[in-house]
Amino acid sequence: MSSAAVPASPLSPSSLPAVTILCRRIRVRGLVQGVGYRPFVYRLAFELGLAGWVRNDAEGVDIEARGAAPLVERFVARLRAEAPELARVEAVEVREAAPERGLPGFLIVESRGGQGTSTRIGPDSALCHDCLVDLFTPGNRRQGYAFTHCTHCGPRYSITRELPYDRARTSLAPFAQCPACLAEYTDPRDRRFHAEANCCPACGPQLALLGADGTPLADGIDDPVAGAVRLLRAGGIVAIKGYGGFHLACDARNPAAVAELRRRKHREEKPFAVMVANVASAAAVADLSGPLGAEAAGLLELPERSVVLLRKGAGTDSALPGVAPGLAWIGAMLPYAPLHYLLFHAAAGRPAGLDWLGAAQSLVLVMTSANPHGEPLVTGNAEAVQRLAGIADAFLLHDRDIVIRSDDSVIRLDGGGVQFVRRGRGQTPRPIKLKDDGPTVLAFGGYLKNTVCVMKGREAILSQHVGDLDSPSTVAFLEETVDHLLHVLDATPDRVAHDRHPDFPSTRLAQAFAAARGIPALAVGHHHAHIAAVLAESGTPADHPVLGLALDGVGLGDDGGLWGGELLEVSGAGCTRLAGLTPLLLPGGDKAAREPWRLAASALYRLGRGNEIAAFVARRYPGQEKVEGAAVIARMLGQGVNCPPTSSLGRLFDAAAGLLGLRAVQRFEAQAAMELEGRADRQRRQAGHAAAPLAGGWRIDAADATGALDFAPLLAALADWPVEAGEREGALDAAADLFHATVAAGLADWAAQAAKARGLGSVALGGGCCLNALLVADLRAHLNNHGLAVLEARQAPPNDGGLALGQAWAVRHHIHD
Amino acid sequence: MTHGAGGRASAQLIAELFAPAFDNPALRRGDDGAVLCELAGLPLGARLVMATDAHVVSPLFFPGGDIGALAVHGTVNDVAVMGAEPRWLSASFILEEGFPFAELKCIVDSMAAAARSAGVHIVTGDTKVVEQGKGDGVFISTTGVGVRRPGVELSGANARVGDSVFVSGPVGDHGVAILSCREELAFDSPIVSDSAALHGLIADLLAAVPQVRVLRDPTRGGLATTLNEIAAQSGVGIALDESAIPVRPAVAAACEFLGLDPLYAACEGRVIVIAPAEADALVLAALRAHPQGREAARIGSIIEDPHHFVQMTTAFGGTRIVDWLTGEQLPRIC
Ligand SMILES: [Fe+3]
Ligand SMILES: [Mg+2]
Ligand SMILES: [Zn+2]
Ligand SMILES: [Zn+2]
Repeated sequence: MSSAAVPASPLSPSSLPAVTILCRRIRVRGLVQGVGYRPFVYRLAFELGLAGWVRNDAEGVDIEARGAAPLVERFVARLRAEAPELARVEAVEVREAAPERGLPGFLIVESRGGQGTSTRIGPDSALCHDCLVDLFTPGNRRQGYAFTHCTHCGPRYSITRELPYDRARTSLAPFAQCPACLAEYTDPRDRRFHAEANCCPACGPQLALLGADGTPLADGIDDPVAGAVRLLRAGGIVAIKGYGGFHLACDARNPAAVAELRRRKHREEKPFAVMVANVASAAAVADLSGPLGAEAAGLLELPERSVVLLRKGAGTDSALPGVAPGLAWIGAMLPYAPLHYLLFHAAAGRPAGLDWLGAAQSLVLVMTSANPHGEPLVTGNAEAVQRLAGIADAFLLHDRDIVIRSDDSVIRLDGGGVQFVRRGRGQTPRPIKLKDDGPTVLAFGGYLKNTVCVMKGREAILSQHVGDLDSPSTVAFLEETVDHLLHVLDATPDRVAHDRHPDFPSTRLAQAFAAARGIPALAVGHHHAHIAAVLAESGTPADHPVLGLALDGVGLGDDGGLWGGELLEVSGAGCTRLAGLTPLLLPGGDKAAREPWRLAASALYRLGRGNEIAAFVARRYPGQEKVEGAAVIARMLGQGVNCPPTSSLGRLFDAAAGLLGLRAVQRFEAQAAMELEGRADRQRRQAGHAAAPLAGGWRIDAADATGALDFAPLLAALADWPVEAGEREGALDAAADLFHATVAAGLADWAAQAAKARGLGSVALGGGCCLNALLVADLRAHLNNHGLAVLEARQAPPNDGGLALGQAWAVRHHIHD
Repeated sequence: MTHGAGGRASAQLIAELFAPAFDNPALRRGDDGAVLCELAGLPLGARLVMATDAHVVSPLFFPGGDIGALAVHGTVNDVAVMGAEPRWLSASFILEEGFPFAELKCIVDSMAAAARSAGVHIVTGDTKVVEQGKGDGVFISTTGVGVRRPGVELSGANARVGDSVFVSGPVGDHGVAILSCREELAFDSPIVSDSAALHGLIADLLAAVPQVRVLRDPTRGGLATTLNEIAAQSGVGIALDESAIPVRPAVAAACEFLGLDPLYAACEGRVIVIAPAEADALVLAALRAHPQGREAARIGSIIEDPHHFVQMTTAFGGTRIVDWLTGEQLPRIC
């Protein structure tokens, strides 16, 4: 990096009367590079008239400050109190030192890199307020320019090839800065000082609007943004290049456009996220009332710009038909790239001034990750045209390359705080802080919603969402992510961690990676990893055992069984299974996870009512073709043909949905469970309170307080629930409420008894079912009533997106060399 | 069958059952082994090919076949996919004490008929009886020897990038037929095993298309497993088109119910063919000209892939990995 010398200010110590002159060396740790921290230090020193220097090095930022004692003290105090917007200061350490350079004035000096640099890049960040003003100020040289950024905002992770983070190693490298931009870039007082993405219309990337065949659209040559808006307004589907990948966009208020996008993407019912111009526009399509609504609005506005799951309002479904059918929530995000703001501005008729930014806008865009069915996000321009052929009518893109994919992050509020459903853009590579140091571990995660994790020093860096590893391109993306992450973190793993499942591509890659480097690869039980992830992020000491409630779909347990509703005792030293839910059979293996009616049949079989299966299915699913083979399923259950047992709680939810006749087939993962949650939520809001748990709705089998938890009585109640008679919707809502209340009470009872028997004081909750806010709220309350502390996933997703974190933690602490 | 049948009982079994059923000059000599006398007639440069297979199947009798015919077909096919003409078989029986003679007779007759129609002689054999409960009725192990003509060079390691992949007929019939019969799962249309000897089809194919590089019979583990083996052996990837892979509707429907993937279900009368793409028309014509290959299809091609994945373009236009499983299809949806 270049150094910038600035003349001593008028308040330079040499011109003052004799006072005590101090020299202090100050070490600042945290995310303090690439975020405008050195210019911030420079301005502060300049303001206070201090001499000295600032530089980046392997540990963060190193400062020498010399001057009158009160001024130096004020300088230190302000370093502790203030920081640039995107910086995350973890420590400001001050010591006395002899001056290292005796020059007058204050300097930004050459970075000291060297080997072992832990220099970090920040996550991608939404346009800052100052840049927004530039973007919409007439006469500003960046007015209307889609690549307006400064050190406080813009893409970082997604444009960085390698470290140290400077322009030559980003996808801005091909764009030489013009004199005006270079002047900003080299002026420590400018907010674009060393803003690596700095550029302007004269020297930077340009937008283009291409048709489905990849050639420029006549309608977009002069004004690609206006052309794209016209297409969207006319019901077209436009692929829009964002920070970490393309989105497919259409007008969310246009049911034909939404239906067409579903048809082209082969996406039947899975909800789409929407982008709205601002909070006022979000309030028009979701329920932002009350304190929770206000909190959710705050989440929307964070610079991370995650997709936030919002409670639907009364008019949501009629305003946005087909966008998130059948669910109680809708995912929404605000614009993050200048291009998004330009689209909303054009749609609003390009009003003057900035007032429109706060006013509700009519345009609501579906913004869904642009990927052909099940494959990773599209990032390259030519790739977009080729892979989105037949899906997008047009492409709004530009010539700034995306170096590494990042899908949108998805978060929700669950009453206990913010929870990640998916961690991606805006979060990666922000580290999760750990309590302990230890060997460097690379964890490869699981199978669905996969992420990888690098655990190094006192930090764990979870990769962006990689996806389901069922396609070769996602596996390739997994490898790419591992390479990129190790590269930008400069990490050399000592050990490798993976799931127990022998056939996950992640397991095989992990083993190959370890073999090639001669380091150990260790398998971690799926649910052990889920709980360990919570222990890692909560800073639980490795020698402190806790009770783990793994509430999940199916994963391979330490005994090779299909676990998913487990009571575990977990510490750094390992994991002991105390008990599991009484198993249900999975008729057809994974097929049963997609078809809740099969689990209804399985539940009946479990209740000793296998002979009722055919009649029951005919009654609950009248006229449905899928279920014609109920007799075959009954036979499969009886004979044990491809009917593996599982103790999964997720499958218990499927069984409940199946027994109530909610749906025979799930169109996307956890659809049935989400519908149950939505129904229970509606019931509770209408009634003003939750149902009481079903009396005797569960049994704990053994007398030693760590027996299997059996919800057979609850399943029996649902099997006989009067759904056909009377008001169906109300009956289903009430059943869903009772189911949630009873499951939570049963789990809490089970955990409390085990905690008492084992002398444990806290319970960690992990697994995909923890995304069920009602279940977790009930469980938390019950456990607290039992005097138990509850640990939850807050920084990593509780589902398989957080698995790698737990794997890394378990392997780091489990093995003692 | 009596346990510990002595020399006399054993001889009686041979004389009354095996000898008349498998009758041929070598067997008639009654020696401990067979002298493969026809060897003298081998053409110059020809090679002998030997393959062996142990057959265990439950139930012993199933729609489309029985363990006897299967024991012939399995080994004949293993010899044939090496590019050789199968000539001689050995047969070893492991019988469970108390196994009904009448059933054994059916099996042996079926075996004899299968051998006759395949043009192979069962020239030597053995019988052992195990205690009741220590066997599953009958196990049959067969070894086959055949003659490969000069110039024929087939191996799972021969697939090259750009080659085409074919299958001679619908996949999964045998595996699903066995399962639904064993578990007494009644499906709307009955599913019949494809068990058959393929040497005739293969001889016709090799005569018409000498460029063929790989032949394999997708038995245990089905098409998916066999293609993964080939991909690993040849150091290539394989790209399949789901819509091109022939699967009988009844098999697809049964698999749908059972939660099984027909690509992993065993075939006993199908052959995978890999040949240079320029021979596509010749391969299809040769296969389809034979009654056993009428439903043959080109299902994909060999691609470059450092992972050696077998991948498949699905009906949705997505691409999924067709895994090489460690064991059973373990559930993985979390
Ligand atoms: Fe899981
Ligand atoms: Mg074989
Ligand atoms: Zn900015
Ligand atoms: Zn410029």
